[in-house]
Amino acid sequence: MVLLSTADIMEVVEWSRAQFAMTAIYHFLFVPLTLGLSIVVAFMHTQYYRTGEEYWKRTTKFWMKIFGINFAIGIATGLILEFEFGTNWSNYSHFVGDIFGAPLAIEGIMAFFLEATFVAVMFFGWDRVSKGFHLTSTWLTALGANLSALWILVANAWMQYPVGMTFNVETARNEMVSFREVVFSPMAINKFTHTTLAGFVVAAVFVIGVSSWYLLKRRETRFARSSIKIAAIFGAVSSVLLVITGDNSSRVVAEVQPMKLAAVEALYDGGEGAEMVVIGLLKPADKIEPGDDPFYFGVRIPKLLSILSFHDKDAYVAGINDLIYGDDNHGLMPAAEKIERGRVAIAELGRYRQAVKSGDTDTAAEVERRFSPETPEGREFLADYFKYFGYGFLDSPEDLRLNIPLLFYSYRFMVGAGFWFVLLFALTLWFLYRKKGREEFPRWMIYVMLWSIPIAYLAGQAGWVVAEVGRQPWTIQDLLPAVAAVSHLNAGSVKMTFLMFTILFTALLIAEVMIMTRQIKIGPKNDE
Amino acid sequence: MFTYVFLQHYWWFIISVLASMLVFLLFVQGGQGLLYTIGRTPAERNMIADTLGRKWEITFTTLVTFGGAFFASFPLFYSTSFGGAFYVWMLILFVFVIQAVSYEYRRKPNNFLGEKTFNAFLIINGVLGALLLGTAVGTFFTGANFIVERGNLANIGGSMAISQWTTPWRGLEAVLDYRNLALGLAVLFLSRVLGLQYFMNSIDDEIIYERSRRHLVYNAVPFLLFFLVFLVSLLCSHGWAVDPATGVISIEKHKYLHNLLAMPYILAAMLFGIVGVLWSILSGISGTGARKAIWFGGAGTVVTVLCLFLIAGWNNTAYYPSLADTQSSLTIYNSSSSEFTLKTMSVVSLLIPFVFAYIWYAWKSLTKNRVTRAENEGGEDYH
Repeated sequence: MVLLSTADIMEVVEWSRAQFAMTAIYHFLFVPLTLGLSIVVAFMHTQYYRTGEEYWKRTTKFWMKIFGINFAIGIATGLILEFEFGTNWSNYSHFVGDIFGAPLAIEGIMAFFLEATFVAVMFFGWDRVSKGFHLTSTWLTALGANLSALWILVANAWMQYPVGMTFNVETARNEMVSFREVVFSPMAINKFTHTTLAGFVVAAVFVIGVSSWYLLKRRETRFARSSIKIAAIFGAVSSVLLVITGDNSSRVVAEVQPMKLAAVEALYDGGEGAEMVVIGLLKPADKIEPGDDPFYFGVRIPKLLSILSFHDKDAYVAGINDLIYGDDNHGLMPAAEKIERGRVAIAELGRYRQAVKSGDTDTAAEVERRFSPETPEGREFLADYFKYFGYGFLDSPEDLRLNIPLLFYSYRFMVGAGFWFVLLFALTLWFLYRKKGREEFPRWMIYVMLWSIPIAYLAGQAGWVVAEVGRQPWTIQDLLPAVAAVSHLNAGSVKMTFLMFTILFTALLIAEVMIMTRQIKIGPKNDE
Repeated sequence: MFTYVFLQHYWWFIISVLASMLVFLLFVQGGQGLLYTIGRTPAERNMIADTLGRKWEITFTTLVTFGGAFFASFPLFYSTSFGGAFYVWMLILFVFVIQAVSYEYRRKPNNFLGEKTFNAFLIINGVLGALLLGTAVGTFFTGANFIVERGNLANIGGSMAISQWTTPWRGLEAVLDYRNLALGLAVLFLSRVLGLQYFMNSIDDEIIYERSRRHLVYNAVPFLLFFLVFLVSLLCSHGWAVDPATGVISIEKHKYLHNLLAMPYILAAMLFGIVGVLWSILSGISGTGARKAIWFGGAGTVVTVLCLFLIAGWNNTAYYPSLADTQSSLTIYNSSSSEFTLKTMSVVSLLIPFVFAYIWYAWKSLTKNRVTRAENEGGEDYH
């Protein structure tokens, strides 16, 4: 009876992480297209509304159909993600539910209903509702889809950079004190703009890629060229903004998640005026001795990392070893010390619970004062000890080490792809708008457009790998590691559900791809 | 006026409204479960899928929002129940995931699993979705097996989970209590009754209309039977009362009956709701005003379920009693979010009437034209 056996915490943590990662990976295969395509469809629908041309109606209906195929499976995977916070991460849900739950609830009330209500009108409204109401519904669907992204990304940003809350020792959880700080934290703003823009770019690349297939087959040329035009303009604007928000995100990460930055850059030993290895081949971690160069070879640009991270060519960038072993000169506390301090805070929590249980009100009041931001004693304790609460759950400073190759290469793929998209959209627009008589796309460009589709999807996945693998071992940065966040389950149960949903999502993905490719082959012409 | 206690009651009310809307909207599930019973030919099945396919997302979204709102307003319930009754919730999620793609994919060419598989997904969701949700909600009255100990978080090296389930069956044991099963089966048959009423309302077809009317009898009888069993057993059962001053929880005989008597407006509303459902069944079966039966049935369902939820959480009642440790039982006082969070979300909740208004408007716009056989015989996709 493996499924009913006693819990093995580390195994449960690893399988729960795997389950969440698997669901998130699947979910983010569908979400970016939904975010961007909803807007592309709305633009096309607007064209139909303005011109009344049947041709635009067919174009809109075709992309709407593709949107619908993708939308359904996005909803399915999203449902699991929401509930997995409770099923697999029950301590997490309790510890931060007071803050994290609010964006989720607001997402449901404000965004999901908007999306779900008007998506039905968008799909079924042809000839059933007025043209104006139908178009409005298409735009409201796009708005709802993107508003959904706002709230879940605010929640995710808070996990990376927890602000606007205080710890309540009585309830043993963090409680929100400033909604404004949660919603408008620089991490939340960048997370939302960068992720939705990435969705727009994926959709633009997708529309261009699919349309280029028609050009290759010399079918539906007018449809393909108009779709490419709308997508390329949309993509060009989005990709430039994507690069800008990416730069902003890096700077916020440098400030609040230095270990993520160091791991992404494979920067073992930091310093002032840090160089950046733009691309390189990493040595295996076990072959790197202290002081060694971690790269077999690399293209290095002096001071670039300091410039990109802090907009200052001489700024200090902390390395992995500095963050683990500390650096007095730059005020970095060794992780071992943080662990000790975290344990003091955890022990105080334990003392409080014990005092409450035994009716020792004096001790309880004393501990309450220590956790209170209202008293000088409390403020000192919160800054010196509670700040490291999560570290107290770690076994050793080595727990902070991240998967450097995964982060290093994922980040470079994502950034490289980002610049590639700027170039792709520029080239696409250039070919579209060059002199009369030369409007044809060269064959090589058609292939480039087509094969950019997988790059867009992989770049989106790579971005999330950087964000989430780079946050480890934390579920909430510095406050709650995965090991203390997990539910009281047994590994057998989680393995079973992992397997169950992996098989289901894989089958549904295959169905989605098969249906979509068939619909693309059928094309807009045969839809009527 | 907006004290912490008021906000806790207000948010329990919001949760109850969402739950009652969800049960009404389970008519989609009820209808799915009858896909082959009412839809004997492919064209008839397509008509059913067509009419339900315009509504399933609202049900799905209500479920998601119900979960999100519960998480935000009573996070300790979210962590305790979802992390504890793991198998039950995972099963519920599974049956809803397979629904989410089925309407869109079932008739698309080259859909990998085939139309019959997606139809089977709709039926599984239609039957198990309603049954499991109903059975799970039964534990709000009958209790579940968990312990809550906030001090566990400080238990480094040991089990740090604050909420721990005490049976290895992780929620599946709920079926052992006949009251949970009775509620689950009542919700299942109610969803089918509402599904049939919805067909009679939204499909313009004599054959489907008559078939639905006939099956209304077959489903209304078991619904009434199971609902009566649940209601009588509930009113005869003990409940878990909380002393709001000390937070101490104790077992009280006939607690839910006492709650109804202590809050007569809820008793009156519940009777009104039950009459609404009965009236809808009778008018559906008799054929007089059968097209409108769904509105009486729907309104009656919403009011009745709302009242049931309110007596589960209001009047100093533990809405999620612990069978393993009485003092671990969850009440709206000990499991809610902070006052600040509840206040912030209350501002957002002012949007809810606006949300209802636009759903209503969109719904009416789409159902102006009823689904017809002619639309669904051509083998075209449903949109």
